[in-house]
Amino acid sequence: MSFKKVLTPAAVAIGLVVSAAPAVAAKHYGPGVTDTEIKIGQTMPYSGPASAYGQIGKAEAAYIKMVNEEGGINGRKIVLMSLDDGYSPPKTVEQTRKLVEEDQVLFMFGGLGTPTSTAVHKYLNAKKVPQLFLATGATKWGDPKHFHWTMGWQPSYQQEAKIYAADILKNHPHAKIGVLYQNDDYGKDYLKGLVDGLGAKAKTMIVKEVSYETSEPTVDSQIVQLKGSGADVFVNITTPKFAAQAIRQAYDIGWHPVQYLNNVSNSTGAVLKPAGLEKAKGVISTAYIKDASDKQWDNDADMIKFQAWMKKYMPNDDPANNFNPYGYTVAQTLVHVLKACGDDLTRANVMKQAASIHHLKLPMLLPGITINTSPTDYYPLEQLQLERFDGQNWELYGNIMGK
Amino acid sequence: MMEANATAALSPAKRLTPRLAAWAALAVVACGLPFAVTGYHTFQLTMVLVYSIALLGLNMLTGYNGQISLGHGAFYALGAYTAAILMNSLNVPYWATLPASAAVCLVAGFLFGLPALRLEGLYLALATFALGVTMPPLLKYKHFDAITGGSQGIVIIKPDAPFGLPLTGDQWLYFFTLAIAVVLFVLARNLLRGRVGRALVAIRDHPIAAEAMGVNSSIYKSLTFGVSAMYTGIAGALGAIAVQFVAPDSFDIFLSISFLVGSVIGGISSIAGAVFGGVFIVFVPNIASQISKAAPWAIYGVFLIGFMYLMPGGVVAFLRVATAWARRCFRKAG
Repeated sequence: MSFKKVLTPAAVAIGLVVSAAPAVAAKHYGPGVTDTEIKIGQTMPYSGPASAYGQIGKAEAAYIKMVNEEGGINGRKIVLMSLDDGYSPPKTVEQTRKLVEEDQVLFMFGGLGTPTSTAVHKYLNAKKVPQLFLATGATKWGDPKHFHWTMGWQPSYQQEAKIYAADILKNHPHAKIGVLYQNDDYGKDYLKGLVDGLGAKAKTMIVKEVSYETSEPTVDSQIVQLKGSGADVFVNITTPKFAAQAIRQAYDIGWHPVQYLNNVSNSTGAVLKPAGLEKAKGVISTAYIKDASDKQWDNDADMIKFQAWMKKYMPNDDPANNFNPYGYTVAQTLVHVLKACGDDLTRANVMKQAASIHHLKLPMLLPGITINTSPTDYYPLEQLQLERFDGQNWELYGNIMGK
Repeated sequence: MMEANATAALSPAKRLTPRLAAWAALAVVACGLPFAVTGYHTFQLTMVLVYSIALLGLNMLTGYNGQISLGHGAFYALGAYTAAILMNSLNVPYWATLPASAAVCLVAGFLFGLPALRLEGLYLALATFALGVTMPPLLKYKHFDAITGGSQGIVIIKPDAPFGLPLTGDQWLYFFTLAIAVVLFVLARNLLRGRVGRALVAIRDHPIAAEAMGVNSSIYKSLTFGVSAMYTGIAGALGAIAVQFVAPDSFDIFLSISFLVGSVIGGISSIAGAVFGGVFIVFVPNIASQISKAAPWAIYGVFLIGFMYLMPGGVVAFLRVATAWARRCFRKAG
């Protein structure tokens, strides 16, 4: 019996070494990876108050479906396990733990929302599971020193607000600024960027700040207050529904300031059309992704390709919804990282590759904008371009701003 | 062999033995589960216990005393934030935050209960609904930012097992929560099965008769509100420690509605019902979203209707009927 006891493990060990030796030299696999698949986790608000954003998850899944149909990445199919968290942080914790501990995903990808991502920020970093390309513009995601395993994707809200501040200082140095912002982390992050960007002049230039809750039916009274303050520059930090209301109400009560509209809400189809194209004339915003409802891209080869993809993989969805090109482009960034990993699909290498992207051009990014990261720079997109609405289309102007 | 002898010797206890055995089995299962499942499932079980405590509070108020609350999420949030702020700003150890949360919610519940005395039935439901709706914006209010963390919320550090116990953080939290749940359930049972419980039910069923019998209805009602809020607040504190994060988005009005749903599904006028309600709150939404990602809440609705159709008195009432039926069959067969 004792002979058998000693021999069996020894034989097994030898067998393992012999069979695994050549493989080990070429391939390193983390959890969730085999020769045929790579498991990736995600939480998305498919239900609840933020369910409109769930479209991003659908677009990402549709893009990955296409990649898999074309043979996957180095012969491996991507299995994206996207779970509903209803935008509730406790649920995000539960679902993330399920994905990491039970389903053994290689990493978490594209989680949506600031409070939800904050809830699992520490957990994922303690477990050394990459939390990649979060769909939130909060500034705190680019902190590799304290959170080595977390990385955002889109330009940060503060970065964007600083661009508006610079434009105001340059073109309207004596402006009286009125600000409307959503009373949450997103609105406050923007406001901070604006104040920081204006620097010492912020105190005198900003004459009125008003906020609203997402539960309010309209922002009409806030617009009346802003008009009453005598502001001649209006910084509009609102989500799509409220942005449309604000633009329309300002026009209707005869208030015609210079308007800056945050990128979150600059969709022609979802915001400006409902507000009234004529009423939105002259609004200034920034962009980094091509707007599918904007006619200037009609003959753009990449846009035609995107439209064809939409037709094939998301036939029932509206290409003009900005979440679709967004999801398409984030998914392409993911594919880039996985390709760069080659056969070394460990969590450490995924993070290493995500933190060494140089001048990555993606089809739906504005010409000239690229994705760049390094071990000390965890902000993949940091460039935006100013644009002005001419009543029909957005017209890009000025240089690409940001790093 | 020895066991059999013991049972034979204690003949008066003979009738109780199956019941005792059931409790013992339950205890063994409750203590053994975290060693049999993964950390993630242990976390889920902890959340079941947390919600059970919250539902127990609601059962006391709505089930036993007949006061409908659509805003218990607010007390849950209050308990959670009390714990989080104490741990984050004042470095209070996690276990010491529970009495504080309990006290804060007891007082808040009692004070809310006083004006609520003038409101009956549906009007009270609306008033408590307003409470639930008001809570998230209040937590975001900019003058409280410094202590509540505003919309960013507060991140809490997870406690480890003390005294060098060979348990993971999840297992320790589970046992910690289990111990508190057991204490709170026993207290609730003693409270509700005695004089106080009878007074509460009397007020619910016939307020005028209760007053005629000398029950001080207003004191009982507002105290019940206080104790109910206290239970839910303790649950909130435990939930915050388990989730390691609080934010206004965690405590929207849907949480309050979920509590009421869980209460009714489990059996609103019962103590054990709270546990079944907790199981429902944690697991049914997951099952629903596994069945359909496109319309998880439609599936949830189907479950809800199914439960209410098959078990109109809640899971507990259903089990009572089922065991009575089984006993009858057993006797016939015997």
